[in-house]
Amino acid sequence: MTIANMNSISHQPAVKEINQSFSAQAWRRFKKNKLALFGMGFIIFLVVVSIAAPLIAPYDPYKSISNEAGGLDIFAAPSQNFLLGTDSLGRDILSRIIYAGRISLSVGIISILISTSVGIFLGSLAGYFGKWVDSVIMRVVDVVYCFPVLFLIITVSTLLKPSIFNVMIIIGLVSWTNTARLVRGEILRVREYEFVQASRALGARDSAIIIQHIIPNILAPILVQATLQTAQAILTEASLSFLGVGVQQPIPSWGNMLYEAMSIMVLRFRPWVWAPPGLAILLTVLSINFVGDGLRDALDPKLKGKG
Amino acid sequence: MKSYIIKRLLQAIPILIGITLLTFMIMQLAPGNPMQTMINPRISPEELARAEQRLGLDKPLIVQYFNWLKEIFKGNLGYTVKTGQPVGKLIMERLPATLLLTGTAFILSFMIGIPLGVFSATHKYSPSDYVLTVFAFIGISIPSFFFGIALIYILGVKLSWLPTSGMATINMAGTEFELFMDRVKHLIMPAFVLALPQMATVMRFTRSSMIEVMTHDYIRTARSKGLSNRNVRFKHALRNAAIPVITIFGLSIPFLFGGAYITETIFNWPGMGQLGISAITSREYPVIMGLNLFTSVLVLAGNLIADILYAFVDPRIRYS
Repeated sequence: MTIANMNSISHQPAVKEINQSFSAQAWRRFKKNKLALFGMGFIIFLVVVSIAAPLIAPYDPYKSISNEAGGLDIFAAPSQNFLLGTDSLGRDILSRIIYAGRISLSVGIISILISTSVGIFLGSLAGYFGKWVDSVIMRVVDVVYCFPVLFLIITVSTLLKPSIFNVMIIIGLVSWTNTARLVRGEILRVREYEFVQASRALGARDSAIIIQHIIPNILAPILVQATLQTAQAILTEASLSFLGVGVQQPIPSWGNMLYEAMSIMVLRFRPWVWAPPGLAILLTVLSINFVGDGLRDALDPKLKGKG
Repeated sequence: MKSYIIKRLLQAIPILIGITLLTFMIMQLAPGNPMQTMINPRISPEELARAEQRLGLDKPLIVQYFNWLKEIFKGNLGYTVKTGQPVGKLIMERLPATLLLTGTAFILSFMIGIPLGVFSATHKYSPSDYVLTVFAFIGISIPSFFFGIALIYILGVKLSWLPTSGMATINMAGTEFELFMDRVKHLIMPAFVLALPQMATVMRFTRSSMIEVMTHDYIRTARSKGLSNRNVRFKHALRNAAIPVITIFGLSIPFLFGGAYITETIFNWPGMGQLGISAITSREYPVIMGLNLFTSVLVLAGNLIADILYAFVDPRIRYS
């Protein structure tokens, strides 16, 4: 569903392009998608800023900054001293936003690593071995699917100690279902390919076949799925932190920074407190979605025009 | 068709069992014996003793699970810790408000999403298509609480066009029409916030669905028959493109029942979502688990209905 692919319809590939490897071709297609390029650029920017946070952030995000008079500058509007102003405890908002980016990125990446691993594992079992293994796993998928995801995560968060670690694990354990379904479907498709049947005929072990033959062929849709789910995980973490069951104060998270807007005074008169974290979440999730969509179009042009 | 329905109903039973099992297991994570909360605290001590006997609080977990199931089927979802009110009654009181909100959001998302998707598809690659695509991406990327807060800020605070919380203005007097419009004004913002991601998804799906369908042979046949463009688009393309849309309808059911928590909290909407969030804050485990169970069953039922609708629209499904 990308606009830029219009050019490739009537474009006769030169000999040099036909001889490029799959990843080179995919990269070429990806580059044509302006939205995806913007997304990737922003993500790289975000990663760099997050890693370099101690060097870039003007202040310590946990410290309330005293002014010359020795008092606290609470709710200061954006100024030269504080580029994005200060919050209710006199802390610099820009620094908090930068450090919060670290939290969001790490929660996003780690929870999706967990969920993708579980999804690949269970999906492969279901797809490769079929029959009752398949039925049991798919029924579990159906059951988890019915639960109100956010509420379930909130529930489990309150029952355990709310910490970043728990948040990552919980999100991971609830999000694996889509990956599992996808992997199962792909395996069912690839299982009938000749090279797989040949491997079986040669007596290769099941696990070897799965790892060496099947998984490399289904990596592309899994990668797309994982990217899009990372966006979702970041949204979920922000929601959890907003509701107070994710990242706890004083650790800054874009979600818990937005919570300040629930106070009518902050909402009306101090938009610099809640608008930047909200925009940060929006831009990050947007960029990841652009990249995921671009990956989807680049890795399999047959999917162009579908969903 | 009937055999398909029966088959789907049978498939739903193990899922239902799974839902109750999972709920029961999560309940065990709460401190104390969660079965205590299934007894009405306002009964006499003799009845209390009898009730505890009946529920088998000292029996092994398996027995407790089945006793708990029996209570559920009788409609007993437990009692709140603080005030001893029946959870089931609490939830049912809140259900209509949530249904109003999610129902409106549902309708909004399709009413706006589908025409925009069709427009996008028929004006493929035009500047407006591009703008709509970006808007769709924003729609699925923006956190609902940020969008809600920003809307409240712009429309409620800065422009004062719309009220910012609740379902209706308290103690408002006026004609029936005025009262109705007041309710509508309270409903628009939360419904729109809830509808936005759905709207975006529906729009993208309709767009790609129609684009794909338009290349199909039967469209060419219709065109070569000399049918007008409009006729071709609506009678043939859209009807077939509708099938994936019903898929989204099914996919969005969990969201619509489970996605209202944050929106209701921000807009102070007195529905199940707000109940759930306040229960979380006050650690009312009976309410929390009751809501989890209730919502899951609703989602299961919704999916069943969607599947049956699917079979209704696409004859090929009935015989699978």
